[in-house]
Amino acid sequence: MKILIAGAGKVGATMVRQLSDSDLEIVLIDNDKEALEANCERYDVMGLLGNCASVPVLEEAGVAQADLLIAATSLDEVNLLCCATAHHLNPRLHTIARVRDPEYSDEIFTLKEFFGLSMTINPEQTAAEEIASLIRYPAFLQRDRFAKGKVEIVELQVEENSPMCHVALKDLSRVAGCRVLVCAVIRDGKSVSPGGSFVLEAGDRIEVTAPASNLNKMLRHLGFITVKPRRVILCGGGKVSYYLSRRLITNGIEVQIIDSDPERCRTLAESLPEVSVICGDATDKELLEKEGLSSCDALVTLTGRDEINVLISLYARSRGVPQVITKQSDTGRFAILGELPLGAVISPKELCSNAIVQYVRTFRDQSGDTPVSVQPIADGAAQACEFLIRDDEPHQNIPLKDLKLKPGILIAAVTRGRSTMIADGASSFKGGDSVIVVAGSELLHFRDIFA
Amino acid sequence: MNYKSIGHFVALIAAIEAVFLLPALLLALAFGEPQAVFPLLWTIGIALALSGLLFLLTRGARREFHEKEGLACVSLGWIVMSLIGCLPFFFSGKIPSFVDALFESVSGFTTTGSTILSEVASWPRSLLYWRSFTHWVGGMGVLVLLLALAPTGGQGFTMHLMRAESPGPSVGKLVPQIRKTARILYLIYFALTLLETVLLLIARMPLFDAVCIAFGTAGTGGFGVTNGGLADYSPAIQTIVGVFMFIFGVNFSCYYLILIGKIKNVLKDEEMRWYMAFSAIGIAVITFNIRAQYGTLGESLRHAFFQVGSIISTTGFATTDFNQWPLLSQAILVFFMFTGASAGSTCGGMKMSRVIMVLKNLRRNLRQIIRPNRVSVVRVNKAAVDEGILSNVNTYLACYVIILIVSFLLLAPDMPDMTSGFTAIVACFNNIGPGLNVVGPMGNFSGFSDFSKIVLIFDMLAGRLEIFPMLALFSTATWSHR
Repeated sequence: MKILIAGAGKVGATMVRQLSDSDLEIVLIDNDKEALEANCERYDVMGLLGNCASVPVLEEAGVAQADLLIAATSLDEVNLLCCATAHHLNPRLHTIARVRDPEYSDEIFTLKEFFGLSMTINPEQTAAEEIASLIRYPAFLQRDRFAKGKVEIVELQVEENSPMCHVALKDLSRVAGCRVLVCAVIRDGKSVSPGGSFVLEAGDRIEVTAPASNLNKMLRHLGFITVKPRRVILCGGGKVSYYLSRRLITNGIEVQIIDSDPERCRTLAESLPEVSVICGDATDKELLEKEGLSSCDALVTLTGRDEINVLISLYARSRGVPQVITKQSDTGRFAILGELPLGAVISPKELCSNAIVQYVRTFRDQSGDTPVSVQPIADGAAQACEFLIRDDEPHQNIPLKDLKLKPGILIAAVTRGRSTMIADGASSFKGGDSVIVVAGSELLHFRDIFA
Repeated sequence: MNYKSIGHFVALIAAIEAVFLLPALLLALAFGEPQAVFPLLWTIGIALALSGLLFLLTRGARREFHEKEGLACVSLGWIVMSLIGCLPFFFSGKIPSFVDALFESVSGFTTTGSTILSEVASWPRSLLYWRSFTHWVGGMGVLVLLLALAPTGGQGFTMHLMRAESPGPSVGKLVPQIRKTARILYLIYFALTLLETVLLLIARMPLFDAVCIAFGTAGTGGFGVTNGGLADYSPAIQTIVGVFMFIFGVNFSCYYLILIGKIKNVLKDEEMRWYMAFSAIGIAVITFNIRAQYGTLGESLRHAFFQVGSIISTTGFATTDFNQWPLLSQAILVFFMFTGASAGSTCGGMKMSRVIMVLKNLRRNLRQIIRPNRVSVVRVNKAAVDEGILSNVNTYLACYVIILIVSFLLLAPDMPDMTSGFTAIVACFNNIGPGLNVVGPMGNFSGFSDFSKIVLIFDMLAGRLEIFPMLALFSTATWSHR
């Protein structure tokens, strides 16, 4: 399969990294020679210097033979033009465009139709959606959905006074009041695949698989506060803030945005009537206190500078804000940040390239043997993969305890039709089911899980 | 400063006024009114002579208009227009004093409707027609008419002219071309006037009265053609006029939106809603307040409806002497004198949209004192209002109050009593017509001295032209480059 990627920026590079190790033919187009060379040296891709929206460049990149085009330059208009031109040159080409201007995002369905796009991606909007879903459930540090939203793997923190503390994993379902499965525990920064006798301690972070319908019940039993937040402070007034505020307001949550640029504040105040926009420096302690930091229900740091975000988040944690979410653009620092008591960390570009990689995976092979969805969990130490079971799968209807799996592989959940089973030794799967498998590394095929 | 282009425009205005005087002359001939024929002829002659002279002097003028030319043109144009317009009254000897004649003419063009006359029954009908016609021209504005008639592609017909003459804090175009915008406005204006005339005829009003009253309503002026004003006509006629006073108080762009099928936008319009709400509350309170005087609730409602419509649209017709009303009702009427109706209509006063902006801006600024870091914007119709417009509205309000106070002090030596003096200024400045007490609906302004009348003339012009053009006339910044 041949993929063209236009734009070797952060999103482009992340995608190249994630896609280049599989058997894909990738052509990367950019007009920045240095960025192009850096990517070509590191990964097995072909680089092409030029304007991705021009016909000769697209032809040279082999648009006629390509199956998929991902336009991820920093300019929405260039991305749209690139996709439209390429689509004309090759009508069976699938196109994905990054479109992130709020003015276009409101009419995205029309644009998709006009430009023949298969998919549009908006890192800021995706991040906003992710943050909004976290804010709805303050306890979650991360939240991944599988099987069309029927199963979730959520990351939770074990606190000193939590009912989970000092509980062995085999007893956790009893404490939680419903079937749950811990697929990974992060202790002291290291991910461990736990056995049933593993005892949870304060400070552990656990990855729990649970049916989406039981989330509220589980949280209540595990001693987490499940009340809806009423007031959220957003530091930084960028695009993520804009999209996030709109979501929060529709959920009836009060929003305050702090930004230091007066013009940006004015624009925000014009476009978001219900939001209280405050012009000032979000690192100013006085200002934060004046705007009611100590009594807010959640704080999200969304300024353009990662260091500032970490700083404000740490301060907010120390002031006892129940939920703090930090945005990071540079994913290279995630390893260090995992050590800090930050709470949830979000990277818009990572989320966005994940979404594209997801699409590529489903697109690449619709036979069902490859995962339809792969989500990194436990700080990337493990991957949760979702497979659709084919009708001719040889291991159907065999209880899981009788299956010989490779070490480190865990079948977490099986969904059949509307029902969801958190897997135990007696569970089995058959054709048509969705199976969620947690593994130490990415799985390319379902058959790879068996020993 | 481009003096030549200003001169050119004044010449155009004088010429067009000569054309306007022709129907009056024909009426004078048709009705056989010799005492009006010659004054009208003389006036037309003077207007044409002045126009010709100015055309000769300003040959080869570059049609270049900027803010100051626009402002100067409007104010000078209106002064010249009023000076020519008063000549028929003066020459005919119907108003022997020149200042009185000028007062009457300015009152006509500015659609005020204040009069120094105690009776008009003995007047030649051609002059009464001219007096009412000045309302109609003044209502939409003579410069807007010039813009509508201007040949295509004419350079220099900029928004500056239209903005200087049209009422409201932010004047916009309806369609991309200013000439077409002006035409649409005049077409709507003409159609509504015609509609009212026809309805009045159906209600058995004599043709001459119907036309003149329709002129007075359309321009929101208020000159009548009988001694008793609107009180002389049947309730049906009064109701028609009452409804049309409200109609002419609506922003004309609303009618354009209705014409192009965007009626939803009109119903959602904030200014429209405030206008409706203010009027409805005013009518309700007054109806209840005056019911003892009229016996039945229906009768009180009819009078309250008419008087509120008359005052809020700054027309100034009266079906009853509201001097006799309880003070609460009078106070409500005085309040409406200040607010006026919608911007972009033919009415005077502060305009509803300014009131809305001033109040919203005030609320915003007060909140800013409590929370200095909070950034908030003033919204009208859900759209953010530009800070420049808000500052302009605040400046307007300041000028408005200062002119009101200075006029009050200047008029003080001459006032029969506080209420008469104060409401005389309010009525003139807001282009309403009648005030209270001596200058009430059944009284007139003849008691004031010439000096006081000149002050009121200035107030009327300042009120109609929305203050800034008149002040620009007295500013050195207009006349020099410093």
